[in-house]
Amino acid sequence: MRIALFATCIVDAMYPNVARATVNILERLGHEVVFPSGQACCGQMHVNSGYLKEAVPVVANHVAAFDNGDYDVAVAPSGSCVASVQHQHPMVARSCGDTALEARATAVGAKTYELSELLIDVLGVTDAGAQLGSYFPHRVTYHPSCHGMRLLRLGDRQARLLRSVQGIDLAELPEADQCCGFGGTFSMKNADVSSAMLADKTANIAATGAELCAGGDASCLMHIGGGLSRQGSAVTTLHLAEILASTEEAPVSVTGEVRVSTGKAAR
Amino acid sequence: MSTFLGMPSLPVFGTGNLHASESFPKAAHRELGNAQLRANLGHATHTIRDKRLKVVAELPDWEQLRDAGSAIKESVMARLPELLEQFEENFTARGGVIHWARDAEEANGIVAGLIRDTGETEVVKVKSMATQEIGLNEYLEEQGIAAFETDLAELIVQLDHDKPSHILVPAIHKNRTEIRDIFLREMPGADPHLTDDPAVLAMAARAHLRRKFLTAKVAVSGANFALADSGTLAVVESEGNGRMCLTLPETLITVMGVEKLLPGWQDLEVFMQLLPRSSTGERMNPYTSLWTGVTKGDGPQDMHLVLLDNGRSAALADEMGRSALHCIRCSACMNVCPVYERTGGHAYGSTYPGPIGAILSPLMTGIEAEENNSLPYASSLCGACYDACPVKINIPDILVHLRSVDVDSKRGKKKIPTQMDVGMKAASWALSSGKRLGLVEKGLPIGRLAAGRDRKITKLPGIAGGWTQSRDIPAPPAESFRTWWAKEHQRPEIEGARKPPQDKGDQA
Repeated sequence: MRIALFATCIVDAMYPNVARATVNILERLGHEVVFPSGQACCGQMHVNSGYLKEAVPVVANHVAAFDNGDYDVAVAPSGSCVASVQHQHPMVARSCGDTALEARATAVGAKTYELSELLIDVLGVTDAGAQLGSYFPHRVTYHPSCHGMRLLRLGDRQARLLRSVQGIDLAELPEADQCCGFGGTFSMKNADVSSAMLADKTANIAATGAELCAGGDASCLMHIGGGLSRQGSAVTTLHLAEILASTEEAPVSVTGEVRVSTGKAAR
Repeated sequence: MSTFLGMPSLPVFGTGNLHASESFPKAAHRELGNAQLRANLGHATHTIRDKRLKVVAELPDWEQLRDAGSAIKESVMARLPELLEQFEENFTARGGVIHWARDAEEANGIVAGLIRDTGETEVVKVKSMATQEIGLNEYLEEQGIAAFETDLAELIVQLDHDKPSHILVPAIHKNRTEIRDIFLREMPGADPHLTDDPAVLAMAARAHLRRKFLTAKVAVSGANFALADSGTLAVVESEGNGRMCLTLPETLITVMGVEKLLPGWQDLEVFMQLLPRSSTGERMNPYTSLWTGVTKGDGPQDMHLVLLDNGRSAALADEMGRSALHCIRCSACMNVCPVYERTGGHAYGSTYPGPIGAILSPLMTGIEAEENNSLPYASSLCGACYDACPVKINIPDILVHLRSVDVDSKRGKKKIPTQMDVGMKAASWALSSGKRLGLVEKGLPIGRLAAGRDRKITKLPGIAGGWTQSRDIPAPPAESFRTWWAKEHQRPEIEGARKPPQDKGDQA
């Protein structure tokens, strides 16, 4: 299968390892990965902050980059960005009266999958250890991000993949379904409430005794990881893709590169 | 200025207690400092949340019920004028009197006039959101009329001269010791040896209220539903105080928002399953009172209904936001909201707090009313409210819509653009082209340098300082994924694929 990678802007700029891990996993399964070079961002920061007009060129750019028929499916290592592509892009196009863009955006959305969705529903991965050689001998807890959970209805797909990783010790996160408090510009506009939400999330993570908190959205992980770092915690965050890409021969490097960590975690 | 006699300028926005008088972040900052409030709220919302999930899980057709509730409300909104006239006809035919109120002032004036006509100066009240929305109690007080709340929690809040913080459990922010102190201080004839035992407190309130019920000649209520095909009104409650008010006095004045209408009895069936489960987490509420006009020799002989617009037409005129009017005031969205759970209801300013309040208040008042434009931002857009809503109001989508209404309402009006305006404009430029984003990413090493040896950024200026208030930012990577990909591929200028490698070793 020819799979187009939508890296997402935050992963492209801040967490390139997440995209590299995604490429690695897909290639390991024998698929061909392409990276449409015109891609940039899904535009949900603009939409969710009320800047619909400014979101139009961002959405149009994404649609132009992915509307080329040169791939079978597209994938992004983010529930939130995929939800934006599927739910917001047609709405943004409608808001500016561009029906042609709306139709193209809807078509792109229909071909775009979140990583765990693609792996399980399309590529038939049920056992990451057996099919991908995923190996990660760490105590890990897992935060299911809101948009993957409630907009994409990913259910337990990400957790199922994590559970099937060889050597992993997956600890249940108390109140896992509660938002971490990120919410894009909400974290700045309502910094106090956001921080209060984050404090409860990080306390729940600490209670699990996990070395790291995994998740499927780099933005939420940056938020949670940033909070853990500020609190001086040894716990850090890691994207699902990196854990799936990790093998016994080539374990994921958790050296703190582009990851906020105090380096105290036992590795 | 052109004037058309008798024609109101449109839209007619709502007045009364629908406004945040200080911005949400400011109010939230204060409320977050109240540890007692947070503990009470956390406990109460989690308890109701769990109860709701349990009783909802019992119904195999819960999702279909939500769909039905949503569809009924949608059809009511589409046929509102016709249904209102049908209701008026039936209500009037059965001996009731209808009054139409455009806004809070009109409604208050009508109610006060009706009470004055009876010669009474005291009224008992059934818990009602509509009368809180119009500030009726305060208005009546100015007119020399004392209105006594008879719902236990509303009574507590009223005695303490406070404001409700939750639409269903208005005293959610008070614990029992605080309640005992309020009773001792404010309740005439309270036993000085009153303890904070809930049963003792309830008995004290009961004795106090019984005296009011037996002497009151006028009652004021709201209504949960109105049935157009028969002219019937309905109040759904737990304590039975409402039933007392609805049956004992001689005059009954009901104030109801126009959106409470249902076509007929069959529609009520859907809502009687949705409402108790969503609000108190009960299969059925203890008291459902339904009344259809005046019955000679039984119950109130003088019956009035004030049909209230107060911004509902304005909300209805907003195509993206109008489904907010489907709300049946169950409070499920509040109980699951992580923001409400931490700030409580007072932070929202309006009578309607929580996620529904964050959309309903600005829709009814217009986005530019006082600080109501800060309300749509009081959400992380986690979506828990939409999942819990029994009539499937897509609150997150309406929040986002209202944010754009807010941003657009300011375009071209500001002399100096805000940091957010400038940032969004710059980001729109950078993020609408892969080439431009790639160019910006060439600056990543600068961020890396700024992060220093501990590889993290701990302080950012301006609005971004909100982030670094409680979180670090990791040092950016040495190169973007885009750059790495280009290097890895033979012809980086041309987008393309590569064959799966045999074994590339450590990718991550």
